[in-house]
Amino acid sequence: MIKILFFAALRERLDCEQYLLSCDDKILQVADILQQLQSRCHNWQLELSRNDLLCAVNQQLVPLTASVQDGDELAFFPPVTGG
Amino acid sequence: MSIFVAVQSDDFCVASEYDELRQQANCGAIVTFSGLVRELSNNILHNMTLEHYPGMTEQALIAIAEQAKQRWQLGAVRIVHRVGTLKPQQQIVFVGIASAHRAAAFAACEFIMDYLKNQAPFWKKEHTAQGDYWVAAKVSDQQALARWE
Repeated sequence: MIKILFFAALRERLDCEQYLLSCDDKILQVADILQQLQSRCHNWQLELSRNDLLCAVNQQLVPLTASVQDGDELAFFPPVTGG
Repeated sequence: MSIFVAVQSDDFCVASEYDELRQQANCGAIVTFSGLVRELSNNILHNMTLEHYPGMTEQALIAIAEQAKQRWQLGAVRIVHRVGTLKPQQQIVFVGIASAHRAAAFAACEFIMDYLKNQAPFWKKEHTAQGDYWVAAKVSDQQALARWE
């Protein structure tokens, strides 16, 4: 299982905080998972296609080409605005 | 070098943070920065909510402090960032650096704020008289990173 988290404006627009994805012990690319999530509905397609989307695997910022496997925590969020 | 990072809803005291930095031996310079909630034009801001990614936030701040340590000779770095609901003029963030000489402390303080603005997973939502809005990331914050590359 891969735990997928969404934050801030993205969480609100998707109306989803957490999503569990079974992955059958396969190693996947973040981009593959993103594609799978986009195919859920038109709204998810739109929101998860934004080119400023950021991604973290196990709480580290990574590019969409990064790999993910069973047990990993994946997160998607908009550009950060702290400070 | 000592690194201290805190993500908290409670307010912080700049004087206490400064005193902690002053305990560092062999340091002749301390530079501190505080970021506050800025009022919007027409005074329409009621308050602001700061959301974060628990766990990742602390790791990201430590990683930024470690990067600063690689670049400059520093004695101590303290970063405190608040989350939750904050009103105009309230404190959001504190960055304090102790080092042997001022140049390293000034530079490291700016470096840490520039990276925090772009890499630490915090998000601001403004609650105003005209509605609630997520704050958009600024291009100028992204451009500020270029000077460190």
